[in-house]
Amino acid sequence: MATTPTALRPYKLPKRRHWAVSFALRQPLGAAGLLVILVMAFGGIFAEFVAPYDPLDIDFGAMLAAPSIEHPFGTDAFGRDILSRVIYGARTALTIGFLSSFIGCTLGAAIGIASAFFGGRTDMIVQRFIDVLLSFPIIVLALVVVAMIGRAPLFGIDLNLILAIAIPIMPKVERVVRAAALSIREMAYIDAARAAGFSNARIIFRHMAPNVAAPYLIMLTAYIAQAILLEASLSFLGLGVTEPTAAWGLMLSGNASDFYREAPWMILFPGLAISAAVFAFNLFGDSLRDWLDPKLKA
Amino acid sequence: MQPQTAEAAAPRVDGAGDDLLRVEDLHVHFVTSRGVVRAVEGISYSVRRGEIVALVGESGCGKSVSSLAIMRLLAKPAGRVVGGRIMFEGRDLLTLDEDEMREIRGRDISIIFQEPMTSLNPVLTIGLQIMEPLTIHLGMTASEARARATELLRLVGITDPERRLDQYPHQFSGGMRQRVMIAIGLACNPKLIIADEPTTALDVTIQAQILELMKDLARRLNIALVIITHNLGIVARYADRVNVMYAARVVEQGTADDVFLRPRHPYAIGLMRSVPRLDRPRGLRLETIEGLPPNLLDPPTGCRFAARCAFRIDACAQDPALREIEPAHRSACFRAEEFSSGALAEATTERARGRPDAAVSDAAPILGVRDLAKHFTVSSRSVIFGGETRVVKAVNGVSFDIRPGETLGLVGESGCGKTTVGRLVLKLEQPTSGAIEFEGRDIAGLAGPELQRTRQRIQVIFQDPYSSLNPRMTIGQIIAEPMLVHRIVPNAKAARERAAELLEKVGLFAYMAERYPHEMSGGQRQRVGIARALAMRPSFIVCDEPVSALDVSIQGQVINLLEDLQREFGLTYLFIAHDLAVVRHISTRVAVMYLGRVMEIADRDAIYAQPLHPYTKALLDAAPVPDPLVERARAPRALGGEIPSPLRPPGGCVFHTRCPIASEECKRAVPELREAAPGHFVACIKV
Repeated sequence: MATTPTALRPYKLPKRRHWAVSFALRQPLGAAGLLVILVMAFGGIFAEFVAPYDPLDIDFGAMLAAPSIEHPFGTDAFGRDILSRVIYGARTALTIGFLSSFIGCTLGAAIGIASAFFGGRTDMIVQRFIDVLLSFPIIVLALVVVAMIGRAPLFGIDLNLILAIAIPIMPKVERVVRAAALSIREMAYIDAARAAGFSNARIIFRHMAPNVAAPYLIMLTAYIAQAILLEASLSFLGLGVTEPTAAWGLMLSGNASDFYREAPWMILFPGLAISAAVFAFNLFGDSLRDWLDPKLKA
Repeated sequence: MQPQTAEAAAPRVDGAGDDLLRVEDLHVHFVTSRGVVRAVEGISYSVRRGEIVALVGESGCGKSVSSLAIMRLLAKPAGRVVGGRIMFEGRDLLTLDEDEMREIRGRDISIIFQEPMTSLNPVLTIGLQIMEPLTIHLGMTASEARARATELLRLVGITDPERRLDQYPHQFSGGMRQRVMIAIGLACNPKLIIADEPTTALDVTIQAQILELMKDLARRLNIALVIITHNLGIVARYADRVNVMYAARVVEQGTADDVFLRPRHPYAIGLMRSVPRLDRPRGLRLETIEGLPPNLLDPPTGCRFAARCAFRIDACAQDPALREIEPAHRSACFRAEEFSSGALAEATTERARGRPDAAVSDAAPILGVRDLAKHFTVSSRSVIFGGETRVVKAVNGVSFDIRPGETLGLVGESGCGKTTVGRLVLKLEQPTSGAIEFEGRDIAGLAGPELQRTRQRIQVIFQDPYSSLNPRMTIGQIIAEPMLVHRIVPNAKAARERAAELLEKVGLFAYMAERYPHEMSGGQRQRVGIARALAMRPSFIVCDEPVSALDVSIQGQVINLLEDLQREFGLTYLFIAHDLAVVRHISTRVAVMYLGRVMEIADRDAIYAQPLHPYTKALLDAAPVPDPLVERARAPRALGGEIPSPLRPPGGCVFHTRCPIASEECKRAVPELREAAPGHFVACIKV
């Protein structure tokens, strides 16, 4: 540039990086969370190859064994390897966590968008219904659902348990998505779509839904953590996953509580796994929110 | 309100070399994830004591950024001043530390922003907000500050200041809030006020009041004023000196007379010519500056304007310096002298030749609106337990006809119901009463498949090109979607082809179909909106403020495009706008609305040459004209008062509260729209 004086004050330019690298640098905690999630997902998916023992293998010769080379996390009252059970537990936790968060968030988003789009009386009625759901503590609501609808196991996973966890998630997501959808409904492109004579279904699915994708994704991630925690709580209370399936919450309950003085590893490692998973999903969800929020981008 | 003649008290500033503010070779960069935006590149200008200086330019030219740099309020960490000096009373503001700078902000220099709705804190009283700088900067006690605040409110023309000090911002109208902002700006007797688009968000009659007030105060209190605006009319009326900016640089600098009457830079010349003007006979076609401003992420080398310039020569590949053409008149063009000698003048008017008006048939009206009304219920209490419900009569007894091929301009200030009329015609709202006859059928009660069929015939172009396109769809999908839904084309391939064809029709390129809306400029998006409307092959288009969000040079392009398309496809327009000059340019007939009612309808030439209704006259008076000589000759005739709340419209003639000729009689009955001259209808008992 001919006229640019040479005396401009110098400053450093940020380097252009791959988005994954820049995510890791800008959101180091989120990246750490993602790493933990990926490790857990890997362990859960390939549990057969990763876990040293079969999680259901009872070995009365090694009951309540302390952590050692053979059993790094020790064994439980039936001599089952705790490391293997924690790894298989990741499979249970992630499956239930993801499925129930997905069902809860999707249902919530659908109701939220529809409620915002139709507005008026429909909105009023839907919102009062949501108010009722929100007025229950999340664990109590899940308990009620489990107690009412019983069990329907499929491949070792209780579908009703997933539903029981999804239902308390739904109203929270519904509120957030409705708020976002209300502002989108006022956008001129929605008016344009109505003026073009499009059906309500098309406007909702084609024009409104894609525009609430960002809050939906963020909540999907964050509520996986909630769902894992809820599953653990329900299992602990005996309403969730049943023996002998390996599940973190279940490992904390039962005779684990009888032996925690002699064998603290029985509750230490599954407890740590729950905390790590919840912490990782929360960190990643928070970072994802910052990352997807255009206002926070330079 | 005390709109005394501002000129009387005005000590016109002479060239006394007493610079209050001197910006020297300022450079501002924004570091973004996509690269460095060179928002301001080497601009210099000065402001003398008591002088009104304007920075004019289109969006993104760096005019606001340069003023934020003066206040050191650039968005951090992205924005930074990378070169130059800002000398204020002999001190370089860029070298002061943050504490010293805070002393200057609000005390010596204050700033007034565009949005009066968001620049006041809604949870604090007006009084607290005015008193805050007084106690902080001047160390006044609460009672001293309150006395001063009362005085300030009186100064900016707010009646009953004692009581209003204890009110909250929501109890003030937009114009009143801007007066409060001015009062806050004046609080510490600043030496300089920077006003960033101070009236852009306001209605034209309120705009005139605010500008008169600012000018009057600046003269009386000897405050220098920097007005940043894109509105050339405002500049002509109020500025002593003008800096025209283009693409981060000042391209022309001089007194208002120099710049308006003897522009010496092709961009300034083009800008003056591309605005439709009320003080000149209506041209057949607007002159425009073709093309778009350069992207400041990657600006071209040489003259920034060269790509859009009709007078480009080889030398323009070099950077032109801002140099003095006449005393105190600078231009950054190699050929500036040739403009002075008149050698290049002819070439510019050449392009103004146009085609005549579209043929208006005498056939039956395509759209007839009879006694249309839309009332909104505003409930102030619970929905279930009833309570007090109030009714806003947004549209009240509106009737008009539009013949095929015609353009009816619908003008009025905000809240007058013009947009609601458009939405009723589009069937986006259900009318409370009245009939809408379209192509011989009443569509007011239409629903289901018949409504969908009608919707293909009536299309819409919206004001805001940013919110009118779905950000998650490509341009091609946006245009093709209606064609596929209504099976106007047999398959997706045909839809793509026709979308490409439409893009070219509206002056874009077929390859742009792959892009997303955020990858396009405002003007380009507006063209996409037009292409989407055309995709349905409509016969009638409601244009709701289609150019008011666009820059001046782009505005002209879009207006010309609308006119060309009207001729080509035999379209009929309902053109809703608040800009009287734009409406005059495009319309065949004009309807003026005020508080939900039509005040006057007539042929375009009749209404502008002989406005009958006092409101139409007031609107025309308030509209600034980009010519300093014309403006100075006009008396300041700002219409007093505020637009009444549509919740509590005045009884009788709705305009009687502000009308200069109103009498007792006007408060009694609502005047009927009657034919005062052939084809000229007016709703006033006094004419």
